[in-house]
Amino acid sequence: MMLDVAIRHRLPDFELDARFQAPAGVTALFGKSGAGKTTVVSTIAGLMRPDHARISVDGTTLIDSETGVNLPPHRRGIGYVFQEARLFPHLNVRANLLYGRRLSRRSGPPPRQIIQMLGIEHLLHRRPAALSGGEKSRVAIGRAILSNPRLLVMDEPLAALDQARKDEIMPYLERLRDQIGLPILYVSHALPEVARLATTIVLIDNGRVAAAGPAGEILCDPRHAPLLGSRQMGAILTARLSAQDADGLSRLDCATGPIWVPRVAAETGRTMRLRIMAHDVMLSLTPPQGISALNVLPARIVELHEDQDGVLVQLDTGGQGLLARVTARSAAALALRPGLQVHAILKAVSVTAANIGGAG
Amino acid sequence: MWGLDPAAWQAVILSLKVSAVAMLASLPLGILTAYALARWRFPGHGLLNGLVHLPLVLPPVVTGYLLLLAFGTQGPVGAFLEQLGLVFAFRWTGAALAAAIMCFPLMVRAIRLSIEAVDPKLEQAAATLGAPRLRVFLTVTLPLILPGILAGMVLAFAKAMGEFGATITFVSNIPGQTQTLPSAIYAFLQVPGAEPQAARLVLIAVAVAMGALILSEWLSRAIARRVAGA
Repeated sequence: MMLDVAIRHRLPDFELDARFQAPAGVTALFGKSGAGKTTVVSTIAGLMRPDHARISVDGTTLIDSETGVNLPPHRRGIGYVFQEARLFPHLNVRANLLYGRRLSRRSGPPPRQIIQMLGIEHLLHRRPAALSGGEKSRVAIGRAILSNPRLLVMDEPLAALDQARKDEIMPYLERLRDQIGLPILYVSHALPEVARLATTIVLIDNGRVAAAGPAGEILCDPRHAPLLGSRQMGAILTARLSAQDADGLSRLDCATGPIWVPRVAAETGRTMRLRIMAHDVMLSLTPPQGISALNVLPARIVELHEDQDGVLVQLDTGGQGLLARVTARSAAALALRPGLQVHAILKAVSVTAANIGGAG
Repeated sequence: MWGLDPAAWQAVILSLKVSAVAMLASLPLGILTAYALARWRFPGHGLLNGLVHLPLVLPPVVTGYLLLLAFGTQGPVGAFLEQLGLVFAFRWTGAALAAAIMCFPLMVRAIRLSIEAVDPKLEQAAATLGAPRLRVFLTVTLPLILPGILAGMVLAFAKAMGEFGATITFVSNIPGQTQTLPSAIYAFLQVPGAEPQAARLVLIAVAVAMGALILSEWLSRAIARRVAGA
């Protein structure tokens, strides 16, 4: 799957001029509210008419202002999960889920699989009004998937939910990414969601694409700190859960070596996604001794990046990027410079399901 | 039956027929007009809206006279339709036409309100699921506005039952031909001693009107429930 997008559109406050490509997997469109993300995705779905655009999915042109091609929304094959669920109030959950099914010429996963994956078997005969916010979201996601789209657009699907509901939905989204293999364009201004789900990140700033690339690289690149928020910077590692130790720790093998974390509830052999925040990484010039941290990785400094919060240190640990946040004073005291060998001490590692490589 | 003489009875039957035909025949155009006014922006939007509502504010006798000018056998439309075998002047069909035009604003208004209560975002969602426009209308919009349509039909029927001014001007007051219930009441009141007949017809008219109002009120509450998804 390859989505190819080029849009120019005059908005009241600024000019949208976005060009990017989205490969298979989950591509996150990340940017502040009002950066033009929703304009981009509604143009892709055909719900908005742009001044100028050329958009194609897998070689099928959806719109091309040069040649005058402009497919109506119902012929684009773009599944759309809106911020509000937009379920049809007069149909029960089952009829909502199957609404797009007969209209599609493509084939897709069987409804039973999706219904099971989303955990909505028990809701099939209810009306939307009798569902909770989280249940509505899941039904809306299922309905979009079951219309067998070429591409699924999710426009801030969690923004209207409280934290508990977000945590409830997140595992379903991860399963969707890893089990269905449907390409997803995920719009969000919440970095934790993006860091957990995205395989590719497209940074949108003021109607322009500021950067685009694999999620691990974008989140680890100090140059994007102003847009991503410097507190949100950090590396994403892929690791395999290799052992559950008797003392309550889980061993995860990644490119740089083993990492131990408090027990992860998953079967061994599974691929996990680790997020190591820059402010959770300390640096030491000598191998640290007598400290409680379990995970110490040898690393080489690639680059130093100063900002108003201190210094972001880009590290290379055996081919895997890592990011550390230190104060300007520490950077000076340790005489940190590119090429220097250091020891990275990981204070915390967050572990979520599945792989950054994506299912595609 | 019910102490009604045959002429009065005929008037009731004719009124029911005229009203039912007026209501059903104007329904498709009523839905289309309501949809256009609620959802489309086009040049002449205000003009169409005014035209639809005109019979509500014009003296009915003016509407009747204009109908006579247009649809009379000498009128441009009437002469043309007569060649196709469709005659309105001084026929029950003319009474139905007059009733349809007089009840059109009420019908369009009720349906338009219910269309405006449907969130266009639902129709957008249906389109992204692969539904072409007509299908979106039939499977999303129409079921949601059904109570509004029914309410509009009930109101239109009741209004048609009571139409007098335009009807009597356009098609006169011929017993058995164009004498509807209100025309019959009027005729009875002109004849000394026929007041009991008029009174019975008045009771029927009141009952039909009240029933229609209650039914339409109940249906419009059903819209609110349906659109809210309860």
